[in-house]
Amino acid sequence: MTTSHSPSGIHPRLWWRLLLLVPIVATLWVPWYNHLEPTFIGIPFLYWYLLLWVPLSSVCSAVVYFKTRDLA
Amino acid sequence: MQWSTLIVFLVLFVFVTVLGFIAAHWRKGDLNQLHEWGLGGRRFGTLVTWFLMGGDLYTAYTFIAVPALVFGAGAIGFFAVPYTIVAYPIVFAVLPRLWYVAHKHNYVTGADFVRGRYDSPLLALLVALTGILATMPYIALQLVGMEVVISALGFPMSGWAADLPLLTAFVVLAAFTYTSGLRAPALIAIVKDTLVYITVIAAVVIIPMQLGGFGKIFAAVPPAKVLLAVPTGQSLGMYSAFATLALGSALALFVYPHVLTGVLAARNPRTLTRNMAFLPAYSLVLGLLALLGFMALAAGVDKVPQYAPFFKQYANNFAVPALLMHSFPGWFVGVGFAAIVIGALVPAAIMSIAASNLWTRSIYRAYINPKCTEAQEASQAKLASLVVKFGALVFVLVMPATYAIQFQLLGGIWIIQILPALVFGLYTRWFDRYALALGWLAGMSVGTAIAAHLKFASSIYPLHAFGYAIPGYAALYSLILNIVIAVILTVVLRLLGVTGGQDQTLPGDYHAVRSA
Repeated sequence: MTTSHSPSGIHPRLWWRLLLLVPIVATLWVPWYNHLEPTFIGIPFLYWYLLLWVPLSSVCSAVVYFKTRDLA
Repeated sequence: MQWSTLIVFLVLFVFVTVLGFIAAHWRKGDLNQLHEWGLGGRRFGTLVTWFLMGGDLYTAYTFIAVPALVFGAGAIGFFAVPYTIVAYPIVFAVLPRLWYVAHKHNYVTGADFVRGRYDSPLLALLVALTGILATMPYIALQLVGMEVVISALGFPMSGWAADLPLLTAFVVLAAFTYTSGLRAPALIAIVKDTLVYITVIAAVVIIPMQLGGFGKIFAAVPPAKVLLAVPTGQSLGMYSAFATLALGSALALFVYPHVLTGVLAARNPRTLTRNMAFLPAYSLVLGLLALLGFMALAAGVDKVPQYAPFFKQYANNFAVPALLMHSFPGWFVGVGFAAIVIGALVPAAIMSIAASNLWTRSIYRAYINPKCTEAQEASQAKLASLVVKFGALVFVLVMPATYAIQFQLLGGIWIIQILPALVFGLYTRWFDRYALALGWLAGMSVGTAIAAHLKFASSIYPLHAFGYAIPGYAALYSLILNIVIAVILTVVLRLLGVTGGQDQTLPGDYHAVRSA
């Protein structure tokens, strides 16, 4: 496997790390989720949306891990 | 009190106590060396690291403080969920660098790193002192959690006998930390998590069934508590408070000494990054536990006469214990209470170990006894772990505890001030060490002043800017001030020709050796 470095010294695959920003933005921008509807088994949107981001953030971390693990 | 509750609780408590002392023999090492006592020999693999970091992060904060805030104040308390979601990606991206450089140079604490990076014993001292100070209220939160549960077991709440159970738990904690070091909480964390998962799964399945489903639970909550108040013309209201609490707590979390201890005790950085994908399992538990606050409201536990004296004494912090007693048979309440108390003991142990690593390396060896032997170093750390816990007791006694979460939020205001020196330092030597020290001073002073101004009863400061009120977490505001000052003074000091000292580390120390 080649580990060519871009001129900036950052390995191209390290850009995958930007994926880590997605859960941060999605859970900190309150206007996106401060709603009652739609509810899920009676739970208002605010709550299940944030809880849903727990596994989704795991997925983001896992993808970044597999894409960059040989670069650590 | 029910005897079945007390018996189950005591059996579990005695079990983990024994485990705590046995832990000294687990993966045996020479406990007279600091990295063996305080970092478990840096040999923890993925699974133990997961338990250890989970034990670190999910504490009485999760079981008592967050549900109490949801119970008392509603949706704002749910900031803890984005907080933990946001924290992991940040840890993922940043802390492996710390692991590499610490491993290369045998750094045991963040202060060790700062000292080597900036050639500045002063900055290291500030980082160490901040770590020790900020850890105390966080341990205090654990003690409050234990106190609430122990009183619910039926021990007297006033007079000298009232302090006896907590004192016992405290002595047990201090004793096994002293003898076994980090191995004890790492081993107990496994039992703790088992109990926690059993309790949480039972609670979120059975209690909503008893209450007629989530729809009914949320219908019973006053509407103003279900959602965050929408911004008005003059104020961003709860929106900015919610987001800044989450972000500020996340940024504070990963510079806490006990989190760095968990990081440095890992066998290798891949152990850490792998964990970042698994650790959110705890966030799910945290979110579900937060919902218990609403369930307690819906169940109306604060209106049950027999719980009235407890709510009077412990305010909202009694919500979860009351809900458990209200909903479960006696023996299972014992399991749940044991989960909470053990869940407070584990982090309290890790936190005090982390703080004593700081004391030993960055204060004792740096300033008091530079020629100390390894054995002296380890024995200093053991003694310091006792002192830190007594410091925590002081916080319990002097701070108001309507919301136990204030302890943790106060710790956050302090600890976040070392972020520029520590985290920016992992990437760049641009900052001047004196500028960082003065930035720290500004952040600490202003952050503490805000907390005092709010009488230590709140951490949300209504900043006025551009004609708006922007209520936000004081930790974040004071951190911004800290950074601004550090940047400006770095530029000024460079212009004055102040030089930066000798950097002990090399760029290659911050990552794995790469094939070219």
